[in-house]
Amino acid sequence: MTVTEDRPSVEPEIGQARKRKEDYRLITGRTRWTDNIVLPGMLHLAMVRSPFAHATITAIDASEARNAPNVVAVLTGADVAEVQGPLPCAWPITEDQKAPVHPAIAVDRVAFAGEVVAVVIARSAVAARDAAELVDVDYEDLPAALDLKDAAADTTLAHPDLGTNTSATWIFDSAEAGTGSPVEDAISTARDGGILLEREYRQQRLIPAFMEPRSTVVDPTGEQITMWSATQVPHILKIMLAMTQGIPESKLRVIAPDVGGGFGGKLQVTPEEVITLMAARRTGKPCKYTETRSESLMAGHHGRDQWQKLTLAATADGTVTGLKVELLADMGAYLGLVTPGIPILGAFMFNAIYKFPAYHFSCTNIFTNKTWTDAYRGAGRPEATFAIERLMDELAHEVGVDPLAIREKNWIKHEEFPFATVAGLEYDSGNYEAATAKARELFGYDELRAEQKRRRESGDPVQLGIGVSTFTEMCGLAPSRVLGSLNYGAGGWEHASVRMLPTGKVEVITGTSAHGQGHATAFSQIIADRLGVAFDDIEVLHGDTQVSHKGLDTYGSRSLVVGGEALVRAADKVIERARPIAAHMLEASADDLDFEAGRFSVRGTDQGVAMAEIALAVFAAHDLPDGVEPSLDAEATYDPVNFNYPHGTHLCALEIDTETGGVRMRKYACVDDIGNVINPLIVAGQVHGGLVQGIAQALWEEAVHDDAGTLVSASFVDYLVPTAADTISFDIEHTTTPALTNSLGTKGVGEAGTIASTPAVVNAVVDALRPFGVSDVRMPCTPERIWKAIHARDGADDGGGATAEAAMPHFDEDQAGANDEGAGR
Amino acid sequence: MSRTTVPVTITVDGTRYTDEVEPRTLLVHYLREQVGKVGTVVGCDTSNCGACTVHLDGRSVKSCNVLAVQADGSEITTVEGLEKDGVLHPVQQAFHDCHGLQCGYCTPGMIMQSIDLLNENPDPSEEEIRSGLEGNLCRCTGYHNIVKAVQQAAGGAR
Repeated sequence: MTVTEDRPSVEPEIGQARKRKEDYRLITGRTRWTDNIVLPGMLHLAMVRSPFAHATITAIDASEARNAPNVVAVLTGADVAEVQGPLPCAWPITEDQKAPVHPAIAVDRVAFAGEVVAVVIARSAVAARDAAELVDVDYEDLPAALDLKDAAADTTLAHPDLGTNTSATWIFDSAEAGTGSPVEDAISTARDGGILLEREYRQQRLIPAFMEPRSTVVDPTGEQITMWSATQVPHILKIMLAMTQGIPESKLRVIAPDVGGGFGGKLQVTPEEVITLMAARRTGKPCKYTETRSESLMAGHHGRDQWQKLTLAATADGTVTGLKVELLADMGAYLGLVTPGIPILGAFMFNAIYKFPAYHFSCTNIFTNKTWTDAYRGAGRPEATFAIERLMDELAHEVGVDPLAIREKNWIKHEEFPFATVAGLEYDSGNYEAATAKARELFGYDELRAEQKRRRESGDPVQLGIGVSTFTEMCGLAPSRVLGSLNYGAGGWEHASVRMLPTGKVEVITGTSAHGQGHATAFSQIIADRLGVAFDDIEVLHGDTQVSHKGLDTYGSRSLVVGGEALVRAADKVIERARPIAAHMLEASADDLDFEAGRFSVRGTDQGVAMAEIALAVFAAHDLPDGVEPSLDAEATYDPVNFNYPHGTHLCALEIDTETGGVRMRKYACVDDIGNVINPLIVAGQVHGGLVQGIAQALWEEAVHDDAGTLVSASFVDYLVPTAADTISFDIEHTTTPALTNSLGTKGVGEAGTIASTPAVVNAVVDALRPFGVSDVRMPCTPERIWKAIHARDGADDGGGATAEAAMPHFDEDQAGANDEGAGR
Repeated sequence: MSRTTVPVTITVDGTRYTDEVEPRTLLVHYLREQVGKVGTVVGCDTSNCGACTVHLDGRSVKSCNVLAVQADGSEITTVEGLEKDGVLHPVQQAFHDCHGLQCGYCTPGMIMQSIDLLNENPDPSEEEIRSGLEGNLCRCTGYHNIVKAVQQAAGGAR
């Protein structure tokens, strides 16, 4: 049976721009953020954090704080050393990976500025914070490993006991994997009459900067300990706490109530969650901790932070023949939940939509004395996409053709799907030609190119740059077998159940955990079509491990493509459970029944029975067929067979004032192929928000540390999350190539905008500045960096603008070893 | 540090509250912790994000930037006081219609600031909307649909 066809009287829900069910509470302030929760006798926590990036804790005097008004207790690392357990890392990427123990409260040494050294527990948040000021900690400053390349050379050790800053090196080689030929052969060939691009790019450190600061409440007064937390991953959090805190999993309940954004930043098991749990267990009272924004920016995990050393080989006409990627990835001070695996997620994406016959990827994970890094929207894939899309523009420049032409020359043609990639994935579907043609038109590509030419010829001080990004991503994390092969500690399935209530309402339970994505609306649309139930009669329940007992939560653009498929399968089981009961009620054979629009009917007659009537009959259970269980409820656990591969063409036009370095975005148009769309309104929102996060990496955001390792961008004064005044309205459209690996033909969309937009913007910056001899500007492309890049050939300092020329000698075999700071050594 | 409190009388969403507050208590903490108006939220500690925006005597303020004692004798409207007799305020309705929110955390402040913006300028251009919302951060929507929502609400007012 198909969902959307043969439904003469009912408009299908799927595809409709349904306004969100979730909105009413959010726009009227009837919200349940974790920090809103107040429980009887509740105590409040304030953290004492290290101001040093690397130091020994020599003494802590908490006596004054303990005696302060309304303070119940102060806990230091020494107080909890025996019980606090290590914070978990679920993704050791190699057998011999090195990692320091990660305590919730530092015991004798701190490894980044912002690490918790003590916690004050008091009757009010104000009392706790006042008393935290009174905790006197003596530190002995240690040298801090701060610069990623210096750290890779073990100049200073972030964790002296490890003896090295290298955590692990992970390698993929197409020749070894049997997915392609040796990349060194391609490079040698290219050196001799072909094109060899050797570049080095910097992925600056970013901060997820979700709007709701993290908050945790723990109530130890029930039979189960209940934790409310501003988390994306209540299920993972529960399992990890059980495994590390010595609490039986069955004695823990984790609830993610309203959660104010995450973007990967709340995909974590945090020190603060563990500390709040310990405080509640110690005091026997409900405890709450809510971070300040500065704490959030300082101590919530960061993202990106790589040096990318890249070698692209091509023939003289621009046909790509090989790609070699050597990464240095900054782990920061510790390995968080999935820290080491984040850059590895990029391993499969550097080859992108192009037909590279040879590919080599290596990534070396390095410790520094900074906040640890982990997932941030896109997680490994934006880094990969940036690198390859920047390189494709460089290749176009080298060959002297339009950047769209060089891409088309090298991309997988639509008739070539399914396509086995050099990185070992199978792309099931796509049509890059169609998305690009549509984007070109939407953008007005030829007109803007003509304008660019005019401005160049007239020497206009305001130059126009046009940036291209034809991205793909792997999303829908993830096939469990693939995760197993990557040594990840869990699977990638998702769970759903459907409960048919006697009054005709339907409860849908999902193991995904929305925090702004609109699952309640989109999943209702899916179930409405599948079961023929009214949209408003469906309630989507999630985010509470006692309601949704099983799941793997929300990240990696997985909720619809994995969780949605679980939902479809659960709904189909409901229909099959209802069928014999309907047959019994209709006194017909089950084989003669058709199910359509929520109604079983006897083929060839006007007899039928609606799902709601069956639900009531099952509830009464007075007259069911012999041996039939009185329940329609069903559940399903779905493990995806493949990732899925949304793609799109993004085009960006920027005006750059060459006299000031100022940037003004003129137009941004994108055509994304995300397969079938459940709700275009929600999809557009995901794209808009994703775009701005990616654009922000290109132009504004960077976590900046001073020479002592203090985060100087630790407030919204200094960390430049863009405002409405910085951004423009976007032109977004879609082409549709349904995914072949799920029933609904959907692909992920949550990360697409972020992955695609960063290189489109930087390519536009570089494109505008080509006449000035500029071939790279380091992110964020600030007016200062742009101005310096323009003036670099006048002999001025390039201001950290171009990295390309500095990188060239790294790759010249004649000069091998001339620069040992190169990435990937 | 002195723990003395001072009495304040503040009308919030039409109800008059008389309370004792510490002089240092910020209006947003008074609203959340003493009055229970948890619909208004805290997003930063530097007055950058605007999530705590409310109306004080009809004008938008960031309630993390006002002391509760400064609001003594004033009328405060929060996002919880906008809906009248089951009918959403046109700006609330427009945020819903235009998908101007995702996680919803910035939304209370964004709605209060948008109302103030439209009170000042009932027919703003896109640029005026964008600069009028500059003091409110959103991480989800990319502002695209927030701008559309304000445009819709402005159109409705005409």
